[in-house]
Amino acid sequence: MIEIARIIGIALNHKWRLIFAYISMLGALIAFVLVPPYLRRAVDGVAEMLETGVYSESVILTTVGIIIGLMVVRGILSYFQTYLGEALSQLVSYDIRNMLYDHVQHMSFGFHDRHHTGSLMSRAITDVENIRMFINMGLVRTPYFMILFVAVAAILFVKDWRLGLISASFMPVVMIYSAFIRLKMRNIWLIVQQKMAEMSNVLQENFTGVRVVKAFAAEPYEEAKFDARNKELVGYFIEAEKMRASSTAFMLFTFLLAMGLILFFGGRRVIDGSMTPGELAEFIFYLQMLQMPVRMAGWLVNSYARAASAGQRLFEILDTKSPVQEEENARVMERPRGRVRFENVTFSYDHTKRVLRSIDMEAEPGQVIALLGPPGSGKTSIVNLIPRFYDVTGGRITVDGRDIRNMTLKSLRENIGIVQQDVFLFSTSIRENIAYGNADVSQEQIERAAKIAQMHDFIESLPDGYDTEIVERGANLSGGQRQRMSIARAVLLDPPILILDDSTSSVDARTEELIRRAMESVMAGRTTFVIAHRLSTVHNADSIIVMRDGQIAERGTHDELVQIRGGLYREIYDLQLKPQEDVMREIESPIPIAGN
Amino acid sequence: MMMGGRAFGTNSARRGHIDEEVFGSVYNQRVILRLLPYIWPFKKLVILATISMLVYTGTQTAVPWIIKIAIDEYITPGDFAGLTWIFGIFVAIAAVNWLTNFTQQFSMEKVGQGVLYNLRRNVFSHVQKHSVSFFDRMEVGRLMSRTQGDVGQLQEFSALVVMTLGELLGLIGIIVALLIMNFKLGLITLAVLPLLIITMIVWQPLARKAFMEIRRTISIVNGELNQNITGVRVVQAMNRQDRNLKNFDGLNTDHKSANLWASRMSSGLIPAVDILTAVAIGLAIFFGSQMVVGGELAEAGVLVAFILYIQRFFDPIRNLTMMYTQLQRSMASGSRIFDLLDWEPELVDAEDAVTLPEIRGEIELQDVSFSYVEGEDVIRNVSLHIEPGEVVAIVGPTGAGKTTLISLMSRFYDVEPHRGAVLVDGHDVRTVARGSLASQMSMVLQEPYLFSGTIRENIKYNHTEATDERMIESAIAVGAHDFIMELEDGYDTYLAERGANLSVGQRQLLSFARAIVADPKILILDEATANIDSYTELLIQIALTELLTDRTAVVIAHRLSTIRGADKIVVLNFGEVMEVGTHEELMAKDGLYAHLYHMNYAAREEPAAPTP
Repeated sequence: MIEIARIIGIALNHKWRLIFAYISMLGALIAFVLVPPYLRRAVDGVAEMLETGVYSESVILTTVGIIIGLMVVRGILSYFQTYLGEALSQLVSYDIRNMLYDHVQHMSFGFHDRHHTGSLMSRAITDVENIRMFINMGLVRTPYFMILFVAVAAILFVKDWRLGLISASFMPVVMIYSAFIRLKMRNIWLIVQQKMAEMSNVLQENFTGVRVVKAFAAEPYEEAKFDARNKELVGYFIEAEKMRASSTAFMLFTFLLAMGLILFFGGRRVIDGSMTPGELAEFIFYLQMLQMPVRMAGWLVNSYARAASAGQRLFEILDTKSPVQEEENARVMERPRGRVRFENVTFSYDHTKRVLRSIDMEAEPGQVIALLGPPGSGKTSIVNLIPRFYDVTGGRITVDGRDIRNMTLKSLRENIGIVQQDVFLFSTSIRENIAYGNADVSQEQIERAAKIAQMHDFIESLPDGYDTEIVERGANLSGGQRQRMSIARAVLLDPPILILDDSTSSVDARTEELIRRAMESVMAGRTTFVIAHRLSTVHNADSIIVMRDGQIAERGTHDELVQIRGGLYREIYDLQLKPQEDVMREIESPIPIAGN
Repeated sequence: MMMGGRAFGTNSARRGHIDEEVFGSVYNQRVILRLLPYIWPFKKLVILATISMLVYTGTQTAVPWIIKIAIDEYITPGDFAGLTWIFGIFVAIAAVNWLTNFTQQFSMEKVGQGVLYNLRRNVFSHVQKHSVSFFDRMEVGRLMSRTQGDVGQLQEFSALVVMTLGELLGLIGIIVALLIMNFKLGLITLAVLPLLIITMIVWQPLARKAFMEIRRTISIVNGELNQNITGVRVVQAMNRQDRNLKNFDGLNTDHKSANLWASRMSSGLIPAVDILTAVAIGLAIFFGSQMVVGGELAEAGVLVAFILYIQRFFDPIRNLTMMYTQLQRSMASGSRIFDLLDWEPELVDAEDAVTLPEIRGEIELQDVSFSYVEGEDVIRNVSLHIEPGEVVAIVGPTGAGKTTLISLMSRFYDVEPHRGAVLVDGHDVRTVARGSLASQMSMVLQEPYLFSGTIRENIKYNHTEATDERMIESAIAVGAHDFIMELEDGYDTYLAERGANLSVGQRQLLSFARAIVADPKILILDEATANIDSYTELLIQIALTELLTDRTAVVIAHRLSTIRGADKIVVLNFGEVMEVGTHEELMAKDGLYAHLYHMNYAAREEPAAPTP
């Protein structure tokens, strides 16, 4: 209920359109209900002519003229009503889409951890569409049908209350019945949608995993899996359609029955002389008018129910406050020197399980801090706290001595560069991707950044150079190239603080070397936090922080830590870092051999 | 190649290209002819539906006529008994209308669903018959849009055909009734018909254009939204929110404008239809009364019936124009589906294919050459003999043909006749039933691929008969049991989105367990070193040792420990076998292997001194 009120609230942002839609609707409706009396006059005129043989062309012509005139007015006003209703619904969905887009892109990582892209997209597509339909159907057309129904019923009662009773009495029954059926069908459709999604999942996985299917000769197994979904789906479809068919057929029947009754009782009245044939015809024409509202009743109830649940799902997102909030009087952070301090920091994603406990550490400007530890020990959590992707649960983080929560998010993040191993690239040109986040940079600056990231030569070798379009999130670049794109972005940003993830991927020896060089040059002169996987990174660090279970287990330089026998660093070094030497990497290109 | 239209990939959508082939012709004989065999099994239902539809249309058309008869024959003359009688007939017709209306809708829907069920099944099992090379060429997105989008579009098709026929019949019924009732007045009234048809002819292409513009703009809007959500971490890290919103607002505005234009178009039809209805009614009244004067018309009821018919006249025409676009799209979809069904699988079992008995695991390649593209050989004259139980490591630079070689061994592709042969236990793999070979071989891919479902279902993939003991044994053997038990539901833990809730390493361990449950005689694996942290990699190393015992194994090897431990190392370059031997032998030989080995370690300088 509250959802519907809020949806209407959004629609009221465009209240003039709504008001004009209502005015046109009322006008069209009045013109429409005025038509049957003139049809009656025409029919009675003809009947009279047959009896008396007197023909009055002027009467007929006026009648015809008035009928056409009323229909023209109704047609034009209906145009405005329909157009304004549609337009209003489009404006509302436009508003909601913008609201959703902006809201979601400002939500911190905690929100995105919980919400999958698919579920957000389905809200943006299906729920927004349901609300659009409601605005058009529920907000503009419902009053039309309701007023039409009441007006026609009233006219019929006034004209002849007994006939009026016959025509109008069973309509509410039909309306309630059709609304009931609609709601029942809606439940089945929800199941159908879910089954469809399951089937599409089976298809998608089968196609993507075709090598597994073939390797296991599992085609019959897969076909059986698919067939089960297929059968189930067809069953639900038929059930839903049966319901629909029986309800539409029943509604038409009741309507015809009403018409038969009017014909019978009205006919008797005409015979005993208390009614003219034209008046009987008028009744039938009015009855015909009622058919539409009755048919639409089910629809309307359905669109109302759908809008309510769509609104609920949408407002749930729009009402969620980002866990990371800017302080009201937050200050703009000027370019800091880059001293970063963690003071007794604790952190938890869900307020139950602590991921970080009493972390104390300090990085002097320009220092490189390597973070090391088994998976899940808290390395990534530490670096996510610095740009406030999440907020600390306890303690504080300072940059140049000032709590980062007192700064605006924008200015804080402008001073922090992030290089990820598998970075997200956008479907636009390479130039745009490197300049991402930086509106006005020159081509020279972009090229310099690309050179530092060891990407320039490669980009220049492409036919379109810097204008090459990145397709589907960088599918046309290798892992190593994507990583270097990310480095180029960070270089262009020129931040005093840098966060790096240097996870190795199976790249050839030359690329490995390129990445290492690019990383070293981008780190120079910046306070750098690096999640270390490479031996070289660890060697280069000013300080190595070894994490275990959310706490700092050891800290020091490589030479210091490797001395601690039985220590965690020593163990990791022996198990993880040293064996890196033990991989036979592929050479990028085939080796030319004499005689080939 | 046969696939007509462009791919529906997100990228093309983003750039705003809409498949021009979305719309085909309204009638496509091939599609209709190909659909007939699917409809044939339901012929009784089709006949029932057709008869019901005819009767239903008859009752619909009869209603105004009966009203006319009631007024003219019984009410005007004052015949009470006759009125009661005609009322009885009216009710009977209403009842028949009810029954036939339900029957025609429901039986046709049953036919449609039955056809779709079979079509979906055929498309799926047809696609399953294709070899891997088919999937190399078809993007998943494109296949999805065939099997889901196009089949779904055909689903509307069955309903559409029925509705179109119904509307056409209804229209014909009204025209016939008008002309029979009073030929002259009928003709005069029908004079508005050409006007209406012209209106529709002008309106239809405009509406279609508007509709396509809406589709184009909304796919851009959704593409942008999707990208922004997926890349939200970068967006926030780089402070792009304001610029992104401005950009999105532009796209959103485009979509809004397209919609407003379309609304103007569709609303424009309303006054046109209203005015033409009024004109037709006016014509009937005016000329009707003229004819009364002239003695050509002697009944008032005719006028009532005419007005009732005219009011119903426009709905079928309006609905038909709406369906026109739909029909075009369905035909285009049908055409693409049958294109897919006509695409012959490249790799089919020979008719006299032998079912392999239990094999020992001997593999022999006899002078094999292979190319994906005519004239560009990826494998050249490779001869190789692998004894049962041997572990063979394949090494070589990128593009040397390693993956192709193992793909040929698992018969993902067939070697052409006269270009050598792959033998397993002495059987040419082209002469055996693929299923009987594949069930004795397992393959572990570099990128572990799991299916949505429980861990249990994934480990027992295609081997539902395996006992839980066997499943757990396998998991223990590869070192996956411990982490599985730590999960909330153990083996019944549901893997959402293909195991997104597991690390890559854990997924790889599960795919190892899956391979062991299958208990293959031959194991082929692409040793994974990518995207796995070193700790998990160590676990995998241990798992491998277990996995390789007592099986013939062919491994694309990266780890020196695997390479050193192999019974045989095969060095590939440019699709040719350069060297075969053990690590020591090959190092001693100082050939390509030794060269590769040195290149790797030469590139790896000692780490530089720490920077201050």
